[in-house]
Amino acid sequence: MGKVAVEVVYRGIFQKNLARNICRGIVLAARKEGKIGISFGRYGDSPERNGIPAKQFAVVADSQEELEENLAMYEADNVDVTVAVDDTLCKGVESWGWYGLQPINALTRENGILLVTSMQGRGDLIQDTHQKDVPYKIGVVKGTVSFSGLWVYKDDHTDVRILGALCKVCPGLVSIEKMEEAIREQWKDELKVQSAHKSYERMETRVVEPGEGNTETPFRFDLPGWTQMEEGIVVRGIAQGKGFREGDGGYEPKRNPYFKKYSTRSMRPVVDFDTCIKCTLCWLQCPDTCFDVTPDGLYDANMQACCGCGVCEAVCPVADCITMVNEAEFTDNAGQWEMWQKDKDGYKKWMTELIQKQKAQDRSHGFHHVGQYKEEIAQMEDK
Amino acid sequence: MTTAEILEREQLISGSEAIAVACSLADVDVITAYPIRPYDTVMQFVSKLVADGELDCEFIVAESEHSQFEIVKHASSVGARVFCGSSGVGWFYAFEAITVTAGLRLPVVAMVGNRALDDPGAFGVEHNDALAVRDLGWMLNWVSTAQEALDTALMAWRIAEDPRVFLPCAISADGSFLTHSQVLVKVPDRSLVQKFLPPYNRGNLVLHPDNPITIAPQVNEDWLMEIRKQTDEAMRRAKGVIEEVYQEFKGVFGRGSPSPFYEEYMTEDAEIVFVGMGTLSMPVRVAVRRMREQGVKVGFVRIKWFRPFATQEIREMLSRFKGIGVIDRDYSYGSPSYGGVLFNELRSVLYPLAKRPLVLSFIAGLGGREIRAQNVFEMTDIVRKALETGKVEQENYWIGVRG
Repeated sequence: MGKVAVEVVYRGIFQKNLARNICRGIVLAARKEGKIGISFGRYGDSPERNGIPAKQFAVVADSQEELEENLAMYEADNVDVTVAVDDTLCKGVESWGWYGLQPINALTRENGILLVTSMQGRGDLIQDTHQKDVPYKIGVVKGTVSFSGLWVYKDDHTDVRILGALCKVCPGLVSIEKMEEAIREQWKDELKVQSAHKSYERMETRVVEPGEGNTETPFRFDLPGWTQMEEGIVVRGIAQGKGFREGDGGYEPKRNPYFKKYSTRSMRPVVDFDTCIKCTLCWLQCPDTCFDVTPDGLYDANMQACCGCGVCEAVCPVADCITMVNEAEFTDNAGQWEMWQKDKDGYKKWMTELIQKQKAQDRSHGFHHVGQYKEEIAQMEDK
Repeated sequence: MTTAEILEREQLISGSEAIAVACSLADVDVITAYPIRPYDTVMQFVSKLVADGELDCEFIVAESEHSQFEIVKHASSVGARVFCGSSGVGWFYAFEAITVTAGLRLPVVAMVGNRALDDPGAFGVEHNDALAVRDLGWMLNWVSTAQEALDTALMAWRIAEDPRVFLPCAISADGSFLTHSQVLVKVPDRSLVQKFLPPYNRGNLVLHPDNPITIAPQVNEDWLMEIRKQTDEAMRRAKGVIEEVYQEFKGVFGRGSPSPFYEEYMTEDAEIVFVGMGTLSMPVRVAVRRMREQGVKVGFVRIKWFRPFATQEIREMLSRFKGIGVIDRDYSYGSPSYGGVLFNELRSVLYPLAKRPLVLSFIAGLGGREIRAQNVFEMTDIVRKALETGKVEQENYWIGVRG
């Protein structure tokens, strides 16, 4: 077999333990077949920050020599399987560990597999995912995204369902029998063993042809040589911005074209411009200065700059004027104000549907309004 | 008489006080202080100059050496000419600030009043304190007279603040022998110093609201090596700048030795030379003179700049001799041959020569112990014996230590 490498792309804090459990599960199961392996996080990442894309790797080999090549590397050149434990990561990821927007399948080798946890279909996910020059396969582990805190772990079986699916899509990694044995030993929970087995049986993949998928060129940043860099570890400030979309009215700050951070986002604010009272609170409180001031004095969340933290929603004094909506609902970073300007009725309809859909489901993280946490605790106590 | 001679005045001051006078002549903007012997002698004189109205600067007494170096580091980043310093473990307490100063390429000029590192607590000179910065991007030199201390300080700002360099510079002065002895020093006129030393201009690297930049970011492995390489290149360029500045200093003030990097004493036709740094030149030169009177072909070389190290020039100069005794006023426990720091640097410098001189290591004068002429005679005998037999039986000797 030589060597099999798996990367798990996850969101900082929310999924750090999940990614770690998956990679440890792989190595411990492979050990039962006499193989040796390592599990490690990408060292330059910053997984202790909410939502920031980060990576955890598992490499399994049948000899020490094969394995050692990976021990001295931060990131493998290519992997047999890429696991995205949040489907919004399919839009591409930007981390502290690398530069520019990295397609989710950037390291997935030819005929390798992209495994995604999602409620979306494979077709929708392929649309988000950047095209490749070589064919690869995509598989979906059906489920809502599993987000935990740094100190607590939501044991919703996402870990073992991915482990089970991995045995199906990458038989060279480890057999499902040994995987089940390892899960039983580690978690001492027969339900988790069953979850892994069901996921194994249900797993199906389809081939993604070369050129199929998102055709957008990801933004990139080429690292300069020492002769091109400023001396004294100086980083130039970004110049002040001017009018909205460089026009006369409003204000739009200039932003770093190489470090955008928007792939940190798993929810985005949707703004009701008709009910906005122009109180400025969202604009003031946004930690990423993501609100552009429109010529008519409204505040348009810039989707190239928004990290999806939800502060704007929390501080907005008007009911449902700003609502955080699951990022999976969107396919681009287009501005909402321009859409509203063009067709106010159409916008209202689109927005209302999105908000209703969002309200019907659980949020992946965070709270809709200040005080919600206390309300939930009270409800739980009543029960 | 030259104009410089007509304008200069003579003052009875110590090595430390000479550096304080240089601060006044250089119109330093920010000076920080925290007391530790022997360095505190500079600060005592600086505060007197400030009180007497001879020095107009922000004189800040910090609450620790660490703060002292942090303050001047920041002041330097906004374009202020700065000075501070310390001694022994005080210098070590500031170490975090000291390393980042070089990393950020800030031309802080500091004086290290060389003192033994604790424990045991001791006031006397050892060079280990200053030597600790040798790998970090600090320029580092040793002076041996109060006159040289004043002159070198004036040149240090000029070299460090050169945009081709932008590196901090430490001037090392031996505790007691240099810091506490007053001698007659020629103090140049302010007008000439102004001619020689232009104001510090940090250009577009200056930290100022009109020049929005950020400095000292966090980086990953994909940036750090390029940043280190920039500092490496700055240190390489510094050597050329030192030569330029010494030339110019000579032109303005009419003083200076043939090489900025080392000084030779009675080395012509010498077979054996001793090499060392700082004030140990004083007893060694006396001993050399006495031995010369008896026909012994012996000389002395004092290394002035330790960083940057003038590899080519020093290799060429030392290649003329048969036997070299390196006298280290420092120790490096467990080092190659158990030799001193300078010894191992010099042996490495000499390695590419087809015909290498014999090199012996002497550890002497630790903790401020006096080095006497008698010690030098003893070392000479050891080197002569090695030359007679043509090989080095024992590479390292501790001189003047009780058995």
